[in-house]
Amino acid sequence: MNGEWLPQFLQFLFSGITVGAAYALAALGFTLIYNASNVINFAQGEFIMLGGMLTVFFLQSGMPMPVAVVLAIFIPALVGILIEKLAIEPAKNAEVTTLIIITIGASLVIRGVVQVFLGKGTHSFPAFSGSEPIAIAGATLLPQSLWVLGVAALVVAALGWFFSRTLMGKAILATSYNRLAAQLVGINTSRVLFISYALSGALGAIGGILLTPLTLTSYDVGIMLGLKGFVAAVVGGLGSGLGAVIGGLLVGIIEAMGAGYISSAYKDAIPFGLILVILFFMPRGLFGSKVTDRV
Amino acid sequence: MALLEVSNLTKIFGGVRAVQNVSFAVEAGIVYSVIGPNGAGKTTLFNLITGIYVPSEGQIRLDGRDIAGVAPHELARFGMARTFQNLQVCMNMTALENVMVGAHLRLDRNLFKGALRFPSIARRDAALREEAAELMRLVGLEAFIDAHADAMPYGALKRLEIARALAAKPRVLFLDEPAAGLNPKETSEVDILVRKVADSGVTVVLVEHDMKMVMNISDQILVLDYGRKLAEGSAAEVRRNPDVIAAYLGTHQ
Amino acid sequence: MPRSRFTGLIVIAVVLAVLPFLLPNNFYLDLAIRMMINACIVLGLNLLIGFAGQISLGHAGFVGIGAYASAVLTTHYSWSPLAAMLAGALGAGVLAALVARPIFKLKGHYLAMATLGLGIIISIIVRNEAALTGGPDGMPVPALALFSFEISGEKQWYWVLSGILLLSLWASLNLINSPFGRALRALHGSEVASQVVGVDVAKYKLAIFVFSAVFASLMGSVTAHYVGFVTPNVADFFHSIELVTMVVIGGMASIYGSVIGAVLLTALPQALTGFEGWETVAFGSILMFCMIFMPKGLVPTLAAKFGRR
Ligand SMILES: Nc1ncnc2c1ncn2[C@@H]1O[C@H](COP(=O)(O)OP(=O)(O)O)[C@@H](O)[C@H]1O
Ligand SMILES: [Mg+2]
Repeated sequence: MNGEWLPQFLQFLFSGITVGAAYALAALGFTLIYNASNVINFAQGEFIMLGGMLTVFFLQSGMPMPVAVVLAIFIPALVGILIEKLAIEPAKNAEVTTLIIITIGASLVIRGVVQVFLGKGTHSFPAFSGSEPIAIAGATLLPQSLWVLGVAALVVAALGWFFSRTLMGKAILATSYNRLAAQLVGINTSRVLFISYALSGALGAIGGILLTPLTLTSYDVGIMLGLKGFVAAVVGGLGSGLGAVIGGLLVGIIEAMGAGYISSAYKDAIPFGLILVILFFMPRGLFGSKVTDRV
Repeated sequence: MALLEVSNLTKIFGGVRAVQNVSFAVEAGIVYSVIGPNGAGKTTLFNLITGIYVPSEGQIRLDGRDIAGVAPHELARFGMARTFQNLQVCMNMTALENVMVGAHLRLDRNLFKGALRFPSIARRDAALREEAAELMRLVGLEAFIDAHADAMPYGALKRLEIARALAAKPRVLFLDEPAAGLNPKETSEVDILVRKVADSGVTVVLVEHDMKMVMNISDQILVLDYGRKLAEGSAAEVRRNPDVIAAYLGTHQ
Repeated sequence: MPRSRFTGLIVIAVVLAVLPFLLPNNFYLDLAIRMMINACIVLGLNLLIGFAGQISLGHAGFVGIGAYASAVLTTHYSWSPLAAMLAGALGAGVLAALVARPIFKLKGHYLAMATLGLGIIISIIVRNEAALTGGPDGMPVPALALFSFEISGEKQWYWVLSGILLLSLWASLNLINSPFGRALRALHGSEVASQVVGVDVAKYKLAIFVFSAVFASLMGSVTAHYVGFVTPNVADFFHSIELVTMVVIGGMASIYGSVIGAVLLTALPQALTGFEGWETVAFGSILMFCMIFMPKGLVPTLAAKFGRR
């Protein structure tokens, strides 16, 4: 051993937790919608894309950064609500497969609209606080990575507070455990849906905005990012918020390690290999509970 | 040797002991009933014997062979059939097809012969159709022979499950509350049907809340309460048992 | 059972027989051929999704295995097209059989995730192994020569595929009304009920998964030979989704629905070329619209409307 392994390992770890944080936000988005409506929203990745692309667009049209960012979070949240109202509610009792196709239809519409108005080009914008790398134990960390991690941690903390301390948060949790019972105790479950989809859109967008200075964005980045967010949500066990966060980080780290040590060409395949292995041994993910189906 | 022997059977769900240390034996050819209040563990007992759940402890013997933990589709080969308290009818099929599925193990199930419609398969299927229609008449569903399952009322579906179970030509038939939700006329029809089945030599294990029916047709009765065996015996014995009376009157400690 | 089950088959046969004489040019013949290829894949997929109730979001992976087996083995290893096609089918079948046991312990969204992952891994392999597959650019495929006879030209392909489609339809109709097919539908309707009558659920799921994978692979080979070129798009996630959409739009658990779904969705992109840039939006909107207003799919919805099942 030449002692060189540590900096390299750290380098992979840094890039792993950075993308992992964005996957975690996407996974939380999946989880919110899954808990509120038992739907896997295949348009989740488009929220990530929208966050990045809209920020680019608003910056280009001369808005200051804070305004651009707020709008780029607000609009995807609105899109989330629209999806819920226009596509999910009317198809309430449809089968899983049907709902999957509906959300895929929604993702195509979003991607198509962006492609028409913002083009097929690849875009970026400057990192929030410069791109002077910070050296840590021989590895380097970009300030933007700190932004990603910091904001993601803040968001997770805020969500934790929201779900444990606010009435609305508790109402959402109650609805996810038992929708009928929640309705019976007077919870407005359609408000719950509304808020879950909005939050989910916002979470995705935040991840997309944070990542863009590091990874660039274009109209079609949503597919892969969204699918990996789905992987992360399943790794942790669908429906578990903690599982989503850990799943996101785990997927990010393993992907970065795999890309670094094994093969960068197969980087995108790694999360999917990982999920297959996990599901083979734990059919409900890492934190999913083991239940006996009632007959 | 009894046909079915259960000893020290226990099933625990999380903290709930749904069945606790239950032992009993069922002789071939009789009607054996299991009664007890809701939540007593009757359905769980059926699920354990028919292989849907794996016991936490204890043995189940069929013809002396230990079958605890054996998969349901394997048990079907040994001549077990059952119905479900909560309907398990295939709503994506016709009523007749539901019954035909019951005969699964008696058919040639080869994929390729089926796809190429070998004459042997076509012939057997035609005969099976007749057989299934006959069974539907037996359980009083002649009006639904051409119906789709999702167009049938609840009472008819309950009997459809019995017809499906009978199509397997079982040696032991487990019926979980076959008369629940039926009107008095339908209930007495099911009563007569169960007798007919028993008379044809099939051993019947019955869970039922209709006491008139249970007391009338059972050769032997097992009473469960909170997952435990409270009493076992003939109808007359069980009726006189003070523990049973206490449990049913609600004065249980 | 009356013969009426096959009425649709006869109608399709007649349509297929007269169609070439009505179509103005090879462009439409080509479209018809691609519809038939898709219809065959979708038939197999519908047995899995619609009849057995097991979703697969990675089926294009199996199509890709067939297409690339035919391309790579004939080009780089000079195998005969028939041997290459069979090797692809064998590979797809073995892969499906290997993953089936663990995958079909999964249900609902977990199953969707696993099949999706499998498909994506296959498509990434195809894209990355450029030395063999030509990478993202794809590679040419020689003509399909069976023994000394070579299929060439739209006309010949049309008749060959008409034969394959009619045979597949007939076999599928038979299958779903055979003991095997009833067991398959029963495990969809109620898994426990089918188990207690003796259906080895895991075995049946495996069998139909392998069957539909092999069929997808064979049709992948056919596509590769017909088009004469193969790109990684055949194995893509998006192609998987297209296939599932054909199943669902035509109608889950509907044999004729598979054909209708394949015809409509193959034609749709052609119909949308006039939208200049808005194709994706239009395509997505149509998917959503169909699924919201006809969640059961076209054929079952219409059949219910006209009082027939
Ligand atoms: N799959 C299961 N998971 C958890 N608890 C169960 C399950 N099945 C039954 N139980 C519990 O076991 C107990 C017995 O239920 P059951 O056997 O259905 O009673 P019965 O049929 O006599 O009404 C109940 O407390 C029930 O809640
Ligand atoms: Mg019960």
